[in-house]
Amino acid sequence: MVSVAQTVDSVALLPAYLAAGTAVLVLLVDLLLARPVATVAAAATGAVATAVGAAAVSVGGERRTFCVGADCSYVFGGRAALVAALVALLVLGVLALSGPLLRDGRTPVGEFCFLLACSMTGGVVLGAAGDLITLIVAVETLTLPLYILVGLRRGSLAGAEAAVTFFVVSVVATTLTLLGAALLYAATGGLHLERLGVLLADRSELLDLPLTTVAVTLVVSGLAFKVAAVPFHAWAPATYDGAPLPVAAYLSTASKLGGVVALLAVVQHALPPGVTGPVLALVAALTMTVGNLVALRQRRTVRLLAWSSVAQAGYILAPLGALALADADARAGAYAAALAYAVFFVLLELAAFAGVVALRPAGADGGRLDDLRGAARRHPWVGAGLAFALVGLAGLPPALAGLFAKVTVVRSLLGGDAGWLALLVALNAVVGLAYYLRFAALLYAPAGDVTPAAVRPARVVAVALAVATALAVIVGFAPQLVLDLAGG
Amino acid sequence: MSLGQLLLVAVLAVPAVGALAVAATPRDRAARLVGVAAAALTLVAAVALVVGRDAGWVSYGTAAPAVRPWHAVDLPWVPGLDLRFHLGVDGISWPLVVLTALLTLLCCGYSLWRVPPGGSGRALVALLLVVEVGILGTFLALDLVLFFLFFEVVLLPMYAIIVGWGGDGTDPAAVAARRRAGRKFALYTLFGSVLLLVGVYVVVAAAGTADIVALTGGTGLPRSTQLAAFTLLALAFAVKSPLWPLHSWLPDAHTQAPTVGSVLLAGVLLKMGTYGLIRVAVGVAPEGARWAAPVLGVLAVAAILVGSLVCLAQTELKRLIAYSSVGHMGFVLLGVATLTATGIQAALIGNVAHGIVTGLLFFLAGAIKDRTHTGALRELSGLRETAPRLSGLLAFAAVASLGLPGLAGFWGEAFAVVAAVQTGGALWTTLAVLAALGGALTAAYLLRLLRRVTHGRPSTAVAGLRPGLAGAELAAWVPLVLLTLAVGLAPTLVLGVAEAPVAALVGVLR
Repeated sequence: MVSVAQTVDSVALLPAYLAAGTAVLVLLVDLLLARPVATVAAAATGAVATAVGAAAVSVGGERRTFCVGADCSYVFGGRAALVAALVALLVLGVLALSGPLLRDGRTPVGEFCFLLACSMTGGVVLGAAGDLITLIVAVETLTLPLYILVGLRRGSLAGAEAAVTFFVVSVVATTLTLLGAALLYAATGGLHLERLGVLLADRSELLDLPLTTVAVTLVVSGLAFKVAAVPFHAWAPATYDGAPLPVAAYLSTASKLGGVVALLAVVQHALPPGVTGPVLALVAALTMTVGNLVALRQRRTVRLLAWSSVAQAGYILAPLGALALADADARAGAYAAALAYAVFFVLLELAAFAGVVALRPAGADGGRLDDLRGAARRHPWVGAGLAFALVGLAGLPPALAGLFAKVTVVRSLLGGDAGWLALLVALNAVVGLAYYLRFAALLYAPAGDVTPAAVRPARVVAVALAVATALAVIVGFAPQLVLDLAGG
Repeated sequence: MSLGQLLLVAVLAVPAVGALAVAATPRDRAARLVGVAAAALTLVAAVALVVGRDAGWVSYGTAAPAVRPWHAVDLPWVPGLDLRFHLGVDGISWPLVVLTALLTLLCCGYSLWRVPPGGSGRALVALLLVVEVGILGTFLALDLVLFFLFFEVVLLPMYAIIVGWGGDGTDPAAVAARRRAGRKFALYTLFGSVLLLVGVYVVVAAAGTADIVALTGGTGLPRSTQLAAFTLLALAFAVKSPLWPLHSWLPDAHTQAPTVGSVLLAGVLLKMGTYGLIRVAVGVAPEGARWAAPVLGVLAVAAILVGSLVCLAQTELKRLIAYSSVGHMGFVLLGVATLTATGIQAALIGNVAHGIVTGLLFFLAGAIKDRTHTGALRELSGLRETAPRLSGLLAFAAVASLGLPGLAGFWGEAFAVVAAVQTGGALWTTLAVLAALGGALTAAYLLRLLRRVTHGRPSTAVAGLRPGLAGAELAAWVPLVLLTLAVGLAPTLVLGVAEAPVAALVGVLR
């Protein structure tokens, strides 16, 4: 008889407490002080505290809690700390990007910060989730506030439409994942990720059951919705374009990171690599190719970034495509490579969005690409930051961070004997350059006869851009930092 | 750190720091002066690399590795990606390093006098220096991943030079044309370098190391890996060199680029491809090279013939010179394809000669276009009547380019043919004959160029020219003229240092 009484390791839960506490604090400050500056400051402080807390807890090594026997529902190790700290910092960055939007007055500040903090809580727990239920609840906590955030701008029809699209698609995805989890439980009797992995590896007859196949497919495709992988990607461009710019930035960084982490967790611990590998290889190949090809045709800034981030999701998933062929070492390398690429990507993507926010009028949407024509001539520093981020997303020097990200993926694929996928990643990088280069060159093109709207980049956004760029430069010269964190 | 290691690091650090300093200097002319100083220091450091080189080459034994750098720096950088900061210089890379440093200095000096319209001179000089860092790094890298990294560094700055300062005029059609040329250059070149990336990691995954010194000779790589790696690497370098039929980015890019851009593009950028082919593709996958040599040879000869025939039909000065590069690089690739000591030596000296002579030709073509505002051959004639010095220099450069004995162009082309004949067999003999025929065609189109441009009655565009040359122009051209003569009369300048490393390389090919 297994004891049902559990000891709870509150230290392991500290980052989650901090994140949830931030949400409560924001609510109270908004209620009691009712001053926007104080509310934003509370949210920012909470995000910093969460990041610091996550880093501090991870120093003591891996901590497990909510255990039944050897299976634990909450495992806070190095990777969980990385995800938690990253999500918290991304929230901080998005708060900075929201400066002009919140000052604009059409968005309620208290609600905005509260929802963002709630979403952060989901992201913090997500990395540590040890069973399918915790995982799905964490993903939902991450996503649920976003339905509202996307449509939060008063009187914005596009925002409301985007929110409904996102809501419907996301709920369907969650249902799929839940159904998959339930079927997996029915087939194996386990819910803990590691136990599932052991069960499926030991009892190979389980793999022959159609039920198992259906369950694995449902879980993987439900999570593929979250990362906006083809063929579950169509919501992303519409949602990004309708959402306020900072929320679009959050969707394409923190929310996407959450999806990747959830997918990594089930693929690495629970599901048999022989089954998921080929599926993910196909999904990755389709995702990067379709994303890149459609991005070529885009004329709106955020839609271009949205389609390009679909393509980037393909690069993130690509290393996992080699799972079926690789040995244990190469598999560990593939997980680390996927996470490392995601880290490089969110950094550059946040910088790109920061650049767009800075170069657009306060509270405006992304507009058309032509609205940014010649922007770098008017604002050399901000323009250079945006161009740097775009070049990095394309994966070229001088933005070495992006180059090393691509190199990491290609290396892991060739180490795992998936040469064709490596070649496809490489060729997609060429297609990607076509539109990133068009965007970046546009920033430096003569303004021509269009008279641009007078824009003064908000200082807080410029600071966010500067910090993100500086971080990208640092990890560009010392990519080993990211590789170590992702591998740990 | 020894003096040699310091120099190696300085060769890369000086232009890199120089580029930053140029960008940070507020006044345009002062910034350009800083750039010239940085380029000059780089040249000094590059030339000085020859000092203190290992005399042990003479007592070279079979047990030693096939690449023995004179100086080497080897520091860890990113162990997780098998990337080490491993630089070295030997007789194969040194002439190219010096050529790069020299041409960059001449281009920076030329920019001191004249900045093409489109952007600030400061930014142009800074970009030239960044391009120099990339090219020098490629020649010096002794780590495959580092090699790839520097290979990529060149791409965007060169794109910016073409799009920012290139073309003629600001009317929408001209702007669109140079943007198209720039994009074509960037996408084509990236296509090549992503293949290089995959090829590099095919090798690294199989061998477990990215050290070129350890890898040269293909030690321990299975045949299938070598074939795959060589195919990928050769394709990558064929785009850069460029080898027919992957050359179509070149004429547009060269024609649209500003003078200094064309000089660097033709002078040294293309050499990254041929150098990579010798050092990386042939060195790391010799079995693959032997397997693919006939194909490479046929394509090289096709490039010679196609390049020459297209040149015969060209009507634009810069475009003609650009296409002539396709033919000349064909000779270089033919030399490499024979995989003999003679052939590789011919390729190396052909590389250097083409860099000097075509650099000079592009300088002269730029000067003619600046003066007459046209590059159309039918609008240019009788240059020797109004501008005899310019016309004389053009004749000199054209004659050097067609391979007159005693000038630099001769050795590479002649010995590439000789190497093909020596290789023997029906295929290689035929290739040698066809290449020689291509050499004759080269003479034909260059003489046609001279007849059109220098002889005849002065056209309206030419009639008003003044005969004088600016001091800055002379300063940029005279070193190239002298080098053309020097390499032509004493090829041992290049071959002397390259002999031992080439012998070592050919030694491991067997």
